[in-house]
Amino acid sequence: MLSRTAENLFWMGRYMERADATARLIEMGYRMAMLPGSNEQEEWRSVAAASGSAPDIVANPNVDAKLVVQRLLLDPDNHSSIRSCLTSARANGRAIRTALTQDMWEALNDGWRQLGQMDPDTALKNLPSLLEWAKNRTAAFRGASEISLLRNDGYYFLRMGGLIERADMTLRLLDVKYYVLLPETDVVGGGRDYHQWTSVLRATSALRAYHHVYKGDYTPWGIADFLILNSTFPRSVAYCYRQISRFLDDLAELYGETSSPQSVAGDMVQQLDRIGIEELFQNGLHEFVSGAITTTRRLSTEISKAYHF
Amino acid sequence: MYNEMFADDRSVRGPYEKIAEWIEASGVDLLQLRQSEAEAIFRKIGITFAVYGEGGDPERLIPFDLIPRVFGASEWRKLSRGIKQRSRALNAFLYDVYHRGEIMRAGIIPEELVYQNEAFLPEMVGVDPPGKVYSHIVGVDIVRTDGDKFQVLEDNCRTPSGVSYMLENREIMMRMFPQLFQAGIVEGVESYPSLLKKTLEEVAPIKCDDDPTVVLLTPGSLNSAYYEHSFLADLMGIELVEPQDLFVENGLCWMRTTRGPQRVDVIYRRIDDTYIDPLQFKSDSLLGVPGIFNVYRSGGVTLCSAPGAGVADDKAIYVFVPDMIKFYLGEKPILENVQTWRCAEPDDCKYVIENLKDLVVKRVHGSGGYGMLIGPHATKKEIEAFRAKIKANPSEFIAQPTLDLSTAPILGSEGIEERHVDFRPYCLVGKDIRLTPGGLTRVALKKGSLVVNSSQGGGVKDTWILAD
Repeated sequence: MLSRTAENLFWMGRYMERADATARLIEMGYRMAMLPGSNEQEEWRSVAAASGSAPDIVANPNVDAKLVVQRLLLDPDNHSSIRSCLTSARANGRAIRTALTQDMWEALNDGWRQLGQMDPDTALKNLPSLLEWAKNRTAAFRGASEISLLRNDGYYFLRMGGLIERADMTLRLLDVKYYVLLPETDVVGGGRDYHQWTSVLRATSALRAYHHVYKGDYTPWGIADFLILNSTFPRSVAYCYRQISRFLDDLAELYGETSSPQSVAGDMVQQLDRIGIEELFQNGLHEFVSGAITTTRRLSTEISKAYHF
Repeated sequence: MYNEMFADDRSVRGPYEKIAEWIEASGVDLLQLRQSEAEAIFRKIGITFAVYGEGGDPERLIPFDLIPRVFGASEWRKLSRGIKQRSRALNAFLYDVYHRGEIMRAGIIPEELVYQNEAFLPEMVGVDPPGKVYSHIVGVDIVRTDGDKFQVLEDNCRTPSGVSYMLENREIMMRMFPQLFQAGIVEGVESYPSLLKKTLEEVAPIKCDDDPTVVLLTPGSLNSAYYEHSFLADLMGIELVEPQDLFVENGLCWMRTTRGPQRVDVIYRRIDDTYIDPLQFKSDSLLGVPGIFNVYRSGGVTLCSAPGAGVADDKAIYVFVPDMIKFYLGEKPILENVQTWRCAEPDDCKYVIENLKDLVVKRVHGSGGYGMLIGPHATKKEIEAFRAKIKANPSEFIAQPTLDLSTAPILGSEGIEERHVDFRPYCLVGKDIRLTPGGLTRVALKKGSLVVNSSQGGGVKDTWILAD
């Protein structure tokens, strides 16, 4: 496979995942800001912070829903806005049309211009349905890839891009919200914390799943455990790394040679297997999250180096 | 004016009987509905065409007209022989140009027309391309001016585009109206990609000692024909590469892959000559592959079409193609040329200057319908401007009579209407000469217009060759 093709598949996977995660993030902010007694501005600020793509509005004292919607949903100059992600993913796809199936292309191509003509007020008015639409686009794309793409190197690169982005998004959400999960805030108790905790789960679409695993008992440990260590939850760091590690092994087998990213991913999988949530909190949640963000970034670089893109 | 569907007494001509029945049975309203459905499908698939210099939507659709254009089996037999004959002669001419130059020595074609031609590449002199083939895909633009009169308007020896429309137009017709094709009355076109691949494999370079690796080289996704590039690469099952994917090492050409360098043997390139190698040609080209020309010259890789093939499709050379056919093949030309005045000749120039209002004037090196004058449709001012241009630089121009192009039926807003059409078949030249029974019919959608170029508001149609 051409290195350029691998690169485009990898980034297409990343952009589609980022569009999806950003939609969930805005959804979470929208809900939190509506809650009685919430500090609307702070909610939107943390949404902007977790997206990691709009430092200027994080610093802006007057941040509000409209500003966030403009920058994270519509802004063509913010390369992480939903609009930019969908456009970039389509451009990646167009550059390597032959590596995509017709179903995948149609999923990328369908309605991609829609956000181009929209102003922030209209977008804000229709926010829930727009976010739903964006999630549907990414789901259609993912579904098309699952049912139509050959299971070879192209598929692995596409999926690894998506998984790296997903791990990164979960980690960055934790990075912004970690203080909510710290034991000290537990003392305060009351409804507010409950909402804060559940908001973290909501942003990763994990609320219901959490119920099934932890029987509805919201604790900071439980939530952190779920999002970091629970390998059955598809947005957890552990799940993403296990999958990446598997795809890297498959790729090494296909190409008949081991690669350096294999050990980066493998080390992380082992660490996550070994460590318990108590130990993780003792060592410092924030330290762990920062370290994992750095590792994820390094993994991405190592993959592009190993496969010449 | 020759109406391809209706004879003078309004009776339907033989080849169009099936079409007439179909239009009658479906009704115009239903067909119009289907036409808009077809457009939606084209947009969804992403078949688009960008027009250089026009701005606007970079991914515009070429309008598709639903009513097929039809050739009968005997009409095609003649066309087919004529097209293959022309393709052979053009390749023989190119070999001659870059070797002994017999046809110039014989005084048949003036030397300066060839050796001072922009498209002539001195670097190619003495190079032997595999199979002596220079132009592997010859697109011959043909117009019909009467029942049995087909004339060649121009030849395209470099990288004729549009074949994806031939394939997609048929695909969409079969998808929407499968019953039309049930009886097997229409020859298939779907073998084109495999024939193209076979042709490209046949011209593998000497240094290739295994199954040749063929790639399609595109300038990238911003190129107007990018859709076609990716479409063809897909149907041939070959890699679609951009220049940055290729590099030269140890006298061979390689592509960068996830498993390291992989050898490339045959390049179907959709990049112009001068952009192909910055070391050899345009040093400021960002498109090329440095050093690839030397690899080509030493038999490490085959470029299709060969660099310098454009000298054969120049409009000033065009005039001499019938002479080439006689000179190299000893045959009588099957397809006629259109009468052409070369303004480089003082007598011709004088005639052109005096008769501008009746003539079509084209630039010798131009293409795509840009910068031409259509005398009968031009204003006085435009004619005067052209007169001045021709006087200043006569050898830049040729002129032809305004042709009475045949018309074919289209589905217009008011039902079935008549519009002018032309035809471009794609002839493949490798060890064998192959011609898929079909081609691209372009149609001037504007009423009365003679310009079929998609850059100037032309559309496309499915083209049927009826089986014997």
